[in-house]
Amino acid sequence: MADVDADSTPQRPSDASEGAARDAIYEQPAVVGGPAISKTGEFGVEARSQGRMVIRRFLRHRGAMVSLVVLILVILLSLVGGRVWKYDYAEITPEFSTPPSLDHPMGTNGVGNDTFAQVLRGAQKSVQIMLLVALFSTAIGVTIGSIAGYYGGKIDALLMRFVDLVLTIPTLAILAVLSNKVRQSGSWFGIAVIIAAIVWTTLARIVRAEILSLREKEFVEAARAAGASDARIIFRHLLPNVVGSIIVASTLTMAAAILIETTLSYLGLGIRVPDTSLGLLVSDGQASAQTRPWLFYFPGLFIIVIVLCVNFIGDGLRDAFDPKQNRVRA
Amino acid sequence: MLPFIIRRLLVSIPLLAVSSFLVFVLVANSGDPLEDLRLNPRVSARVVELREQELNLDKPVIVRYGIWVKDIVRGDMGTDNAGVPVRPQLTRALGVTMRLVIVSLMIAVGLAILVGVISAVRQYSIFDYSSTFASFLFFSLPVFWLAALLKEFGAIRINRLFDRQLVYTIGQESVDFQGGFLARLGDIAGHTVLPATTLILISFAQYSRYTRSSMLDVLQSDYVRTARAKGLAGRRVLTRHALRNALIPLATVVALDFGAVIGGAVVTERVFNWRGMGTLLIQGVQRFDVNVVQAWLLVTATVVVIFNLIADIAYAYLDPRIRLG
Repeated sequence: MADVDADSTPQRPSDASEGAARDAIYEQPAVVGGPAISKTGEFGVEARSQGRMVIRRFLRHRGAMVSLVVLILVILLSLVGGRVWKYDYAEITPEFSTPPSLDHPMGTNGVGNDTFAQVLRGAQKSVQIMLLVALFSTAIGVTIGSIAGYYGGKIDALLMRFVDLVLTIPTLAILAVLSNKVRQSGSWFGIAVIIAAIVWTTLARIVRAEILSLREKEFVEAARAAGASDARIIFRHLLPNVVGSIIVASTLTMAAAILIETTLSYLGLGIRVPDTSLGLLVSDGQASAQTRPWLFYFPGLFIIVIVLCVNFIGDGLRDAFDPKQNRVRA
Repeated sequence: MLPFIIRRLLVSIPLLAVSSFLVFVLVANSGDPLEDLRLNPRVSARVVELREQELNLDKPVIVRYGIWVKDIVRGDMGTDNAGVPVRPQLTRALGVTMRLVIVSLMIAVGLAILVGVISAVRQYSIFDYSSTFASFLFFSLPVFWLAALLKEFGAIRINRLFDRQLVYTIGQESVDFQGGFLARLGDIAGHTVLPATTLILISFAQYSRYTRSSMLDVLQSDYVRTARAKGLAGRRVLTRHALRNALIPLATVVALDFGAVIGGAVVTERVFNWRGMGTLLIQGVQRFDVNVVQAWLLVTATVVVIFNLIADIAYAYLDPRIRLG
């Protein structure tokens, strides 16, 4: 199938969905129907693949690009900053309850811990959990969603009832009960697994819905007629067409994960002392919000910056993958 | 329609049964509800043993679940670990949560429709950009931080501004309140303002995005162009033709949200010390109180099932092209 396409329109991926194909034609009026030119079209316009158009549209999205840069900086800061910064998060300095200064950019708490060091440590835990949740929930969601969507029938019904079941059980009950158990190890890893075990359902539903409609398309039939195995059809023909939705959904999952994690820690069900987390810091800071507001503001601002960036990136990705999107010419 | 409703309700019964069993096992195995009693040196082993028998803790989990099912079929929700009946606690908590949730959702939906429509009509205007940024911001705020911010800094400013205690930050109403009906209503309103504002801001952010994007879709459709072309007034096209159809997705989201939020605005309730459904659940979980958590689950899962159904029916009602089958 790919060979046939390569002869006629080089910029058109072998199994592009309808909308994407329309977009490709729209972007490249000179090439379609014209002589087969591999790199440069009639008017010297470079032929672009689907992926490159998406990247170009994303790069043009100002909000998303700024957010991406900020997020990368924050992630680097939180993963490395704790080791570089002069104070350790558990270190007790002689200055206690000091407002932000050059020495302590975010002040110190009542015991004398440097708030900046603590915020860095909290952000590190949150970012680690966020990334792990994205990885796990995408893996589970895509697997279950594509199996349910592709095979349909009894398998689909069974898997989707399972998704419903996970959705009826109160998130908080699972998290609270399990984190009572995980508390002994008190690990961020355990919390990430618990959160992932709950948030994958969104992804599974999205992937299933898309595959359900895609599997009826002619190119799937053609692949099946050519003797492709189920696995090949799913991985080579179906999933590449769902990749946009998957990326967008897992980005938004990251925002959800970090909010769930900080909320849990705030409620005392997530990460606990002696370790720290942004939610825990806000909870501690709230007690002294009147007298030492910096203890309350800074950890909260850190959460907002991370989540806001992730949401903006998700929005930019959604626009970039949307074939109907034609405001920003790629 | 009726067979569809009946089938949906029948399908959800086994689902509820399985999920109640799983939650029962989860909570029953999460910890020992009599830990405090056991650790207390002044309580004899005999007393602990009696309590155990009273709460059926000496029996296997399966048997305990069976007992719970037998009671619940007769409408008996049992008692919590301290021996207080669960049902009145649940009714009170549900009332408190409903009071908060209904008010906030209505205001949030109203605001969201207004803002969403204006930003869709004036796409890429300053209003559109600032409302988009505002909804992204509120959407990204951790609820506990926003609630705490309003509580610690907002309340004091407002009360100082009017020079008297107008808004309260703790509880759903004054415990020792004296006065007439109107004064009492005012007291409840004063307690509701801040938690409601928290919920309104957060849900408003989501709803206004939905309204805006579906309104944008609809405004580009052919029938809106036709309506304009045949000379209808712009306002009439907007309200009668465009908005009506643009509200379909929002109706679904709100119905689903309402189902979810009855389970308690857990964080908001915690910050403002409301004794609603969320608090009930947290306490139940923290005290390993099976009956409390089960009662909570029963109510919320039922509400979720019913509102999912309402969402589907509303969808079909608003959009005649959809057939339920």
